[in-house]
Amino acid sequence: MAEFVMPQLGADMSAGKLLQWRKKVGDLVQRGDIVADVETDKADIEVEVFCTGTIEKILIEPGEKVPVGTVMALIREEGKPAVAEVPARPQDITAALPAPTAPVPTPRLRGTPVAPSGALEVARIHISPVAKKLAADLGIDPVSLSGTGPGGRITLEDVQRAAQSRAATPAAPAELDRATRMRQAIGAAMARSKREIPHYYLSTTIDMTQAIAWLARENLKRSVEDRLVYGVLLLKAVALALREYPELNGLFVAGKAMPKPEIHVGVAISLRGGGLVAPAVHNTDRQDLGQLMRNFRDLVQRARAGSLRSSELSDSTITVTSLGDQGVEAVFGVIYPPQVALVGFGKIGERPWASQGQISVRSVLTATLSGDHRVSDGHRGGLFIAAVDRLLQEPSQL
Amino acid sequence: MTREEIRDGIFRALTQVAPEADVSRIKPNLRLRDQLDIDSMDLLNFVIGVHKQFKIDIPEADYPQLATLDGFIDYIAKAQSH
Repeated sequence: MAEFVMPQLGADMSAGKLLQWRKKVGDLVQRGDIVADVETDKADIEVEVFCTGTIEKILIEPGEKVPVGTVMALIREEGKPAVAEVPARPQDITAALPAPTAPVPTPRLRGTPVAPSGALEVARIHISPVAKKLAADLGIDPVSLSGTGPGGRITLEDVQRAAQSRAATPAAPAELDRATRMRQAIGAAMARSKREIPHYYLSTTIDMTQAIAWLARENLKRSVEDRLVYGVLLLKAVALALREYPELNGLFVAGKAMPKPEIHVGVAISLRGGGLVAPAVHNTDRQDLGQLMRNFRDLVQRARAGSLRSSELSDSTITVTSLGDQGVEAVFGVIYPPQVALVGFGKIGERPWASQGQISVRSVLTATLSGDHRVSDGHRGGLFIAAVDRLLQEPSQL
Repeated sequence: MTREEIRDGIFRALTQVAPEADVSRIKPNLRLRDQLDIDSMDLLNFVIGVHKQFKIDIPEADYPQLATLDGFIDYIAKAQSH
């Protein structure tokens, strides 16, 4: 029996409200089907299922707000027997959630895996017996804790700190509007990032002259609907560079770096009315530029229309943010936990550029890398960002 | 097609891209991007919307002519007269 749980759609989500079921008991579902709509502090999300089977039981009703990881339905997988037992619900959300600084790993409660890899991947919890008991006594879910002991083991002190932090954090008033809740969620995730991730920052100036000229030629051949924006070149260059420096493509979970084999670049998209989301462009490195542009465009439109899918919010293995359109020279971003790197791009502008003893006017932009020192260092980060530069010098090969 | 009709068509395309935009406040001789919070993806979607609405092809090289509302109207009026 597979459990369909309230997914964790980013480091800034601790609970979600079920808006509606799109399936009912007895319905057949296939992996990838959208089965529910969930409201988070940032957006309404279409939640997909990650197994194929029949809806056996529905455990949560529309309107209920439940913590991440709560089993919302049971799915009898194809060829597997039905199970009578209904899993216990975790604490009611109103009984005080952990502070919204809770780390990302972990959401599944138990049973058959139903979530994809990425932020939702469950790591085995290393916790000392005494810490485990205290956590149980205090109603703290150990999966929401970051262990500071050897090998990421959760210690008694970790649980005590979490309890203090929870006590010190006032519960958010229920009637806050979404913009405020989004701001709080982003703030909590970024505060956690700055608190836990030892950031380092690198920047380099990239000559984009050839890339821009190539783009202009390429767009002449394309219909208006198929034209590329330069951001797509940046995305693809980052994705290909990650193949060479895979340690930057992954997560840091339970005290361990977890590079990911798939490259799902998350793209920071500003929302109308404020706030942002960073959904994933799945398999960014494997798409040609036309395909990438179509998917990127679709993603931006859906992000702004509020119709993202759960996998898009949980699967990112790195984030790219560009503030060039806002005239920003350089972006030194905050890593989105549990990711381990963030790439920033500023605006493209003309500058005098010296090369081989000659000065000419070139179109340049500043690229930056925010890296996690627990996973990489400036040397590897520098090589990575140099690879992005190199790839952008041959745009036709992207 | 009158300039007013062209302007209304441009506004329709614009509000598809930026629904929050108050088009009545747009100053026709100032750059649209300075008056609206739109990025390069919005701009592309805006051009696609105009292309569909007026059935004209807009080469990328002509984008600078579309910087202001007046410029946009002039461009479409000229394209339709050909």
